[in-house]
Amino acid sequence: MKAVYILWLRQIKRYWRSKSRMIGSLTQPLLFLLAFSFGFGPIFQKAGGGNYIEFLTPGIVGMSILFTAIFSGVELIWDKQFGFIKETFVAPVPRYQIILGRILGGATVSSFQGFLVFLISLLFGFKITNFFSLFFGFIFMFLIAFAFTSLGTAIASALDDIQGFQLIMNFLVMPTFLFSGAIFPLNNLPEFLKFIAQFNPLSYGVDGLRWALISNSHFDGIFDLFVLFGVSVVLVGIATYIFSKMEVK
Amino acid sequence: MSIIEVKNLIKKFKTKDGEFTAVNNVSFSVLKGEIFAFLGPNGAGKTTTIKTITTLLHPTSGEIKLNGFDVVLNSNEARKSFGIVFQDPSLDDELTAYENMEIHGVLYNLSKDLLKKRIEELLKFVELWDRKDDFVRNFSGGMKRRLEIARGLLHHPKILFLDEPTLGLDPQTRNHIWSYVKDLNIKEGITIFFTTHYIEEAEKVANKVAIIDKGQIIVLDSPQNILEKTNAKSLEEAFISLTGHSIREEGADSLDKMRLKRRFSRR
Repeated sequence: MKAVYILWLRQIKRYWRSKSRMIGSLTQPLLFLLAFSFGFGPIFQKAGGGNYIEFLTPGIVGMSILFTAIFSGVELIWDKQFGFIKETFVAPVPRYQIILGRILGGATVSSFQGFLVFLISLLFGFKITNFFSLFFGFIFMFLIAFAFTSLGTAIASALDDIQGFQLIMNFLVMPTFLFSGAIFPLNNLPEFLKFIAQFNPLSYGVDGLRWALISNSHFDGIFDLFVLFGVSVVLVGIATYIFSKMEVK
Repeated sequence: MSIIEVKNLIKKFKTKDGEFTAVNNVSFSVLKGEIFAFLGPNGAGKTTTIKTITTLLHPTSGEIKLNGFDVVLNSNEARKSFGIVFQDPSLDDELTAYENMEIHGVLYNLSKDLLKKRIEELLKFVELWDRKDDFVRNFSGGMKRRLEIARGLLHHPKILFLDEPTLGLDPQTRNHIWSYVKDLNIKEGITIFFTTHYIEEAEKVANKVAIIDKGQIIVLDSPQNILEKTNAKSLEEAFISLTGHSIREEGADSLDKMRLKRRFSRR
């Protein structure tokens, strides 16, 4: 298991050292918080939705974790292109440990990123109700991070170049974000969009975060927890399978 | 005793229009302590062979044993027996030289104290100790290659694989690298397996040379014997008389340039 640790540590070091990346990926959620909370806040309130920043924060936290997590998956393609993957593949370490190290590293980085966004939201007036809720909030942040890092890694295992990944970002990541209830409630959506949202793991992540942080949920917090956990296990399984079959050309 | 045994190795790749056989029924063995050269033009199947032997590719058929361990059935044991320097860099550019060494040591399960000692020893050996805390992205091509050699030796491998170890390096650095490698072979008895398309390297360094062309071994012997057999004055001549063409064709040359360009455009 030392191999898992050292590969985890590698991801943390890489993240910590590229401050530009850290700050760069904070600007988008910051913009969203700024634009949406001031732009839609009053309308949301008038329509009887309540405090919009409270509603929005879990969504934007979820979004930033989604983006960072999928991006951590891209890093695997870079490792393929820049060759580091070969170093790990000739080492006497089972492939599942290599991938676990990678996924845990990516998940740690992206949940930390989510935490930073959460801190920023406090400046916008988000209020923490109690610290117990914060604890569950962290659990959901990590689960979202873990599930989507696994997804990103699985996709990156199957792809050979960065071009293909761009396509997936547009056709997978944006819809996942938009139809997860991150920026608007799922309740009032037309049936077919509601139907789609049901199959979106991020819906459960965002819902779980709302359940933990503002005690307001569409599904149910415990149910969210199970769904996310189940999805994570399946995705790690798929990623490990593709990874272990992988050849380095 | 042979430390590398390859029997009837075939490696095919799927392509758009069917199949391509990169390695076509290759058999050879390398004795412990030998310096073995795999010589052939670009695209002859050298890298595919080395990648299959070192578990990066799965053989289509055939049997490969390293240090007595089957690379398919007992891959982790086989992996412990060798170190490898790849043709293209495989370092993490965003980490320091020391950190790259450290990761390798942990992956090969070295104890902390031993790892520390070994890293110092090897970085001094390749003359990079004073640059140990520099990021690899600031290293020159030659320095990276030296670091890769040091890293490949960290876990005391019995075999060192070198895939075109001097490609793209200036003559001085090339000599430097070969002097390290010969030193290792003599002092530590490490078996060396390298691929090259520089004939003079095979001639100067290796005890045994396998000439490979179009996925098949054409001849396998000591450089002297190859010269005697083919009645040639140099391996270059021997190569032409055996294959009917020169090792450096025009096509190969442009491929070479492309490869170099790719190597240096990476970050």
